[in-house]
Amino acid sequence: MVESVKKFINKIGIPTFAVGALLVAILIAAAALGQSIPTLLTDILKRVGMNGVLVLAMLPAIKSGTGPNFALPVGIEGGLMAMIVCMQFDFSGWALMAASAVLAIVFCSILGFLYGKLMNAVKGAEMTIATYSGFAIVAFFNILWLAIPFSNRKMGWMLGSGLRETIQLKNYQASRIISDLLAVDIAGVTIPVGVILVLLVFCGVVNLFFRTKTGYAIYAGGGNPRFAEASGLNIDRNRVIANILSTVLAGLGIILYAQGYGYVQLYNGPLNMAFPAVAAVLVGGATASKVSIANVLIGTCLFQGLMTAAMPVANQIFTGTDLSDIMRIIVQNGVILYALTKVKNGGDR
Amino acid sequence: MNEGILEFVNVGKEYSGHAVLKNINMSVRPGEIHALIGENGAGKSTLMNILFGMPVIHSTGGFTGEVRIGGKNAGILTPHDAMENGIGMVHQEFMLIPGFTITENIKLNREITKPTLMSKVFGKRLESLEKDNMARDARKALDVMGMDIEEYVQVEGLPVGHLQFVEIAREIDKTGIKFLVFDEPTAVLTESETENLLDAIRKLAKQGIGIIFISHRLEEIIRVSDRVTILRDGEWVATENTKDITAKEIARLMVGRALSLDRVEGNRQISDEILLDVKGLRVMMPGEEVKDVSLSVRKGEIVGIGGLAGQGKLGIANGLMGLYPVDGTVTYKGEPLDVTRTDTTLKKGIAFLSEDRKGVGLLLDSPIDLNIAFSGMEVKGDFFRRVGPFKLSDRGAIRKHAEDMVKELDIRCTSVAQYTGALSGGNQQKVCIARALTLDPDLLLVSEPTRGIDIGAKKLILDLLKSLAEEKGMTIVMTSSELAELRSICDRIIIICEGRVAGELSPNDSDEVYGLMMSGVSKEEAMRAGGETNG
Repeated sequence: MVESVKKFINKIGIPTFAVGALLVAILIAAAALGQSIPTLLTDILKRVGMNGVLVLAMLPAIKSGTGPNFALPVGIEGGLMAMIVCMQFDFSGWALMAASAVLAIVFCSILGFLYGKLMNAVKGAEMTIATYSGFAIVAFFNILWLAIPFSNRKMGWMLGSGLRETIQLKNYQASRIISDLLAVDIAGVTIPVGVILVLLVFCGVVNLFFRTKTGYAIYAGGGNPRFAEASGLNIDRNRVIANILSTVLAGLGIILYAQGYGYVQLYNGPLNMAFPAVAAVLVGGATASKVSIANVLIGTCLFQGLMTAAMPVANQIFTGTDLSDIMRIIVQNGVILYALTKVKNGGDR
Repeated sequence: MNEGILEFVNVGKEYSGHAVLKNINMSVRPGEIHALIGENGAGKSTLMNILFGMPVIHSTGGFTGEVRIGGKNAGILTPHDAMENGIGMVHQEFMLIPGFTITENIKLNREITKPTLMSKVFGKRLESLEKDNMARDARKALDVMGMDIEEYVQVEGLPVGHLQFVEIAREIDKTGIKFLVFDEPTAVLTESETENLLDAIRKLAKQGIGIIFISHRLEEIIRVSDRVTILRDGEWVATENTKDITAKEIARLMVGRALSLDRVEGNRQISDEILLDVKGLRVMMPGEEVKDVSLSVRKGEIVGIGGLAGQGKLGIANGLMGLYPVDGTVTYKGEPLDVTRTDTTLKKGIAFLSEDRKGVGLLLDSPIDLNIAFSGMEVKGDFFRRVGPFKLSDRGAIRKHAEDMVKELDIRCTSVAQYTGALSGGNQQKVCIARALTLDPDLLLVSEPTRGIDIGAKKLILDLLKSLAEEKGMTIVMTSSELAELRSICDRIIIICEGRVAGELSPNDSDEVYGLMMSGVSKEEAMRAGGETNG
């Protein structure tokens, strides 16, 4: 009995097990405190759909050996720029979604290429450099949001020039356009079938990509660079390709995120978005050098589940204080910290 | 005379049940130059690690027997104990700080200090340096070796020979140094520098320091040492007075027949066609630099490349695959081959089994089937099928191919989905061979195919290579440190010494000739010396 429990924990990895156990404990506490479990589950599913693709963006980067993509904001800014450009020209609804997706792929490919080149130049220090690349690009885009003369009134401030911090997608008929698609109610739980299908399609495409010749080459270059070199592969080129893919996924991921949230968040909005995504994939059992689609999906569910469920529980326990938001920060960063300490050893798989 | 003698008494060492040293008895007298010689893996380094109490020994269960100094068990458990006992080592790689002067390097961490106001308050670490006294000590140490270089010069930019002397000066400056170990000290020196060094060693010995001199250059050993101890496969073979023994006898004792891999003459079809022709190959592989190698390989041959470690034999195959910076003219099948391009080299039908099986040869965290199919997939585009606009891996075909290979090469595994990291060395090597075979190569470069593989499996691997040559007409270039295995299957063996071809031998030449040639003696001389005993 003890043996098989140990085996199970080894298989899924201690971080995954610990966070999973904590999530179950919090859900039980929520039920005990009389909270509506269906509402909680609805929220969790909603956020899984919003964040899934951002977490998926970690996969190509980890597989290529550059480690978790801490420079997620690079792709996010690309995606945001695509949305803003389309909104400037008054695209709305599905047209806005489609046009910004296409444009995001273009922008993010360019950004991803440059970022990939940077990663090749700083081999051995990828994670640190990536983190600060993410911070730097946010600052750079802050200037762009102010300096580029976007003129669409729906996006500007009341007075002066520059873009607003948060732009309502409701004005563009695009708020929750995918998240509400095909939503199904079962026993009080709303299942956002549309957005989950989109997430699964993305996972499928990435999975297929890693079954192509280039995909295997990226995987080998990340797993054992010297092996890849002896097989005549161009490791640097493959790392660039993987980082382009990761950046594009981040760009598309933020579009999915924004429509689910209902707002486009500019300026410092993307600043810290890499960490929850990195934490999610690590919680899912990935390491800095090994990852699978299952890690992405499990990690997103556990991490977002924890974030979503912990809040109302904390709110109820510490009523009338500001503690609940502080609790959120402690829990979120605690999980990130814990996951990062486990960068080297996830599950056995 | 027994005063202060250093003795190894019945010293033995096992690494996880595998004995690397057995019952070594050896003694070094003060003032004696005692040479220690043996092939790679004979146990020289392990013995020295024991002498220095290196952690690698004590973290793996310690050793048996005793190291005695002046008849008493010295009880050396840490490098610090060794230092206390007056044992010093001149390292092969220089451990010097480039930005410091010679004096500062010599006195590093043993500076002469005088108290200051600060040190009286905050402790000894804040005392100031007595530069004059330090310089005087450094001068004295340099003078012992007849070095006329100024002690205040920065170490950075000094020629290699001088670095070696600074390193030695540091050891002899240590007060109470009684024994000094030189590990291949002449490997990186020019001829005149070597001369100086040997002189310095003699001078040190005259002052009563006992010297252990490790070298593979027989001629130096004969010239400088008083006694010589020969190790082979972790066992003591002989200790002789150097004046009573000749180079060729040492060579014979050193090489010997390690394991009985009997040579079975095969029936190979060797054509006159030159498959691979290499001219003026230079490879910058750290530790295995190839300086100038020319050789040609005929179709259907098994050519062996032998030599001691660090002489450049491993650099040849790695260079031909373009894994290190490489230069030279290579002709393959009559066409020029750009060896810097690994991908085209593979496409043209040259496959490589690396000496570093785990580091280069395998994806340890991946299943056997992917490891076997990988080169075929990436180099030839096999195992893919078209699905719409994409070409996706055909997992069924990959699995099927791996299962065939597992059967053909008798790879012992639970299934082809097992990770290669979990396999034994012999089976890992077979996976590497299977991957090379998937490319269907005409020329197979094999480096150290049996390194880290137990004896039973060694034979299997060698038989496998032989059958590839005989049944599939494959041409094989096999690089190995183990002469016995080269001699068991190769048609001819090229000996590499100091990055160059020392000569070519037949597998039936005597042990003496092999030993002498690996030590840098020319073929004519080696044959003459070896011929005398044979008849």
